Amino acid sequence: MNRALVIAEHSLGKLNASTAKCVSCVQGIGEVEIDIAVLAADAGALAAEAAALGGVRRVLTLERPENVEALAAVWAPQLAALAGGYTHLFGPSTTFGKDLMPRIAALLGVGQISDVMAVDSAYRFRRPVYASNAIITVEAPAGSIVVATVRTASFQPAAGGGQAPIEALAVTATLPTHTRFVSRSAANADRPDLQTAARVVSGGRALASAENFKLLYQLADALGAAVGASRAAVDAGYAANELQVGQTGKIIAPQLYMALGISGAIQHLTGIKDARTIVAVNKDSEAPIFEVADIGLVGDLFTIVPELERLIRARQ
Amino acid sequence: MSPILVGIKRVIDYSVRVRVKPDGSGVVTDGVKMSINPFDEIALEEALRIKERNLATEVIVISIGAHEAQQQLRTALAMGADRALLVQVDGPVEPLTAAQVFLKLVQKHQPQLVILGKQAIDDDNGQTGQMLAALWERPQATYASKLELDGARARVTREVDAGLETIEIDLPAVVTTDLRLNEPRYIKLPDIMKAKKKPLDVTTLAELGVATPTQGIRTLKFEAPPTRSRGVMVKDAAELLAALQQRGVL
Ligand SMILES: Cc1cc2nc3c(=O)[nH]c(=O)nc-3n(C[C@H](O)[C@H](O)[C@H](O)COP(=O)(O)OP(=O)(O)OC[C@H]3O[C@@H](n4cnc5c(N)ncnc54)[C@H](O)[C@@H]3O)c2cc1C
Repeated sequence: MNRALVIAEHSLGKLNASTAKCVSCVQGIGEVEIDIAVLAADAGALAAEAAALGGVRRVLTLERPENVEALAAVWAPQLAALAGGYTHLFGPSTTFGKDLMPRIAALLGVGQISDVMAVDSAYRFRRPVYASNAIITVEAPAGSIVVATVRTASFQPAAGGGQAPIEALAVTATLPTHTRFVSRSAANADRPDLQTAARVVSGGRALASAENFKLLYQLADALGAAVGASRAAVDAGYAANELQVGQTGKIIAPQLYMALGISGAIQHLTGIKDARTIVAVNKDSEAPIFEVADIGLVGDLFTIVPELERLIRARQ
Repeated sequence: MSPILVGIKRVIDYSVRVRVKPDGSGVVTDGVKMSINPFDEIALEEALRIKERNLATEVIVISIGAHEAQQQLRTALAMGADRALLVQVDGPVEPLTAAQVFLKLVQKHQPQLVILGKQAIDDDNGQTGQMLAALWERPQATYASKLELDGARARVTREVDAGLETIEIDLPAVVTTDLRLNEPRYIKLPDIMKAKKKPLDVTTLAELGVATPTQGIRTLKFEAPPTRSRGVMVKDAAELLAALQQRGVL
């Protein structure tokens, strides 16, 4: 029997959707008992949320004032201390998990598998490399713990309806004080979340200013969509960094992705390969984005986007 | 004051369309342009700027990999690094091994900072910095888009999923770079000449006392990803809307 520990990601008192996706990835191992670890200053509501996920054996809470922010240097030693009884330690491939999991792996003296996109067996996994231009099958040594991050865009969230028991653990480890949280700011906190939104409207360098990006926000509002951006648009300051979609930004899998004035560089396409429908609007009919678009429209986005918004609103 | 160590990985250039070999043993590298991993260039640029403000004694660039990585180290020297070290390893290097190498070099050079890229664009692992910080028992500031040094501390702004996060860390520490940290400088011709005279040493894992891993994560095969095919073209916004409705997306 395999025993897996999933590290819960949470913010503002709520579990991140990535946690349920990690659980569903781990379920693919088969023959597995799944525990979820919730580290927080106050784990109560979070643990209850985690316990409601289907197929979870128990939820373990580690409550300490130091756990109020997810600092990898603070969390990793506690999780490494917990790892003993497990065959698998999984976290999401979000900035949270990517920061934390390698630190735990190194403390345990093992390698780590990044961005698991498919589970072949308990020790065999598939993951993308070279900006998803290749998929590799990797094998972790049987007999040592498998530490991995999960490419959340590849998995559906685990079902609800669970009633796992919650156990509070006391961890006495002295924690480092060399890393201190100062602040966090989010430019788009009041909008649909890019990583989980069913629809995403994304803009590129063509938008030419932060002011023009408002066109996209208006279309996004009409669609109930999140807004995304290419690296070029973020670098130029038209859009906030957390909106970057791609190899080195967010990997997403919405039902609808609209690429507006985005050329379709390999690094960008990596982030949208799992989108169900890709729409491209670009004035260059040769733009590589059209090679992957399900629906393409050659034209000027500055006339097309407002027109589209008007038509959508007219329908409602 | 102390030195800054910077990691330089030789990777297939970002502009190359990478292809899987028909036998699944790897990707095509023959005749393919190789470069410094873009995030490592950003790491080097940051280190150089710190040294130019007289806040570091020297910038040492380190590569772990094939003999040919000397080319990328020469480029790094031309950018302004003071000296270079190649830890020559044939075949792939796992992040944990790379972290163990950096740990040995940290013990030797006692740097205030090790600056690495947040990920290499070949294996897309994104692990080495965090692993080094764990082994070294020091802070890690990953995905840095701003780095402010303040004596024995640093304030780092990080690009995280939620937006921007600022943390304060004690030095020495590991910082990994994100795209917005800086824009790396261009190399001028005289710098390339100067770089030829700068020291570039070559060593091995054995000389450093790092064991070659026997039991790591193995890559069994490479496959081409599923491709998406070209869809329909529409003429205007109204047709676009109709096509979306037809697909059941709206
Ligand atoms: C290490 C590294 C990591 C990277 N990571 C990422 C990443 O994660 N995500 C990412 O997106 N990129 C990434 N990139 C950058 C990537 O290579 C491209 O440079 C970038 O995606 C281009 O952005 P863009 O399509 O907005 O700009 P461009 O390539 O300049 O394309 C702009 C497009 O807009 C069209 N256009 C112009 N005006 C109009 C108009 N009025 N109406 C309609 N269309 C118009 C043009 O025809 C063109 O196709 C990375 C690069 C490197 C080196």
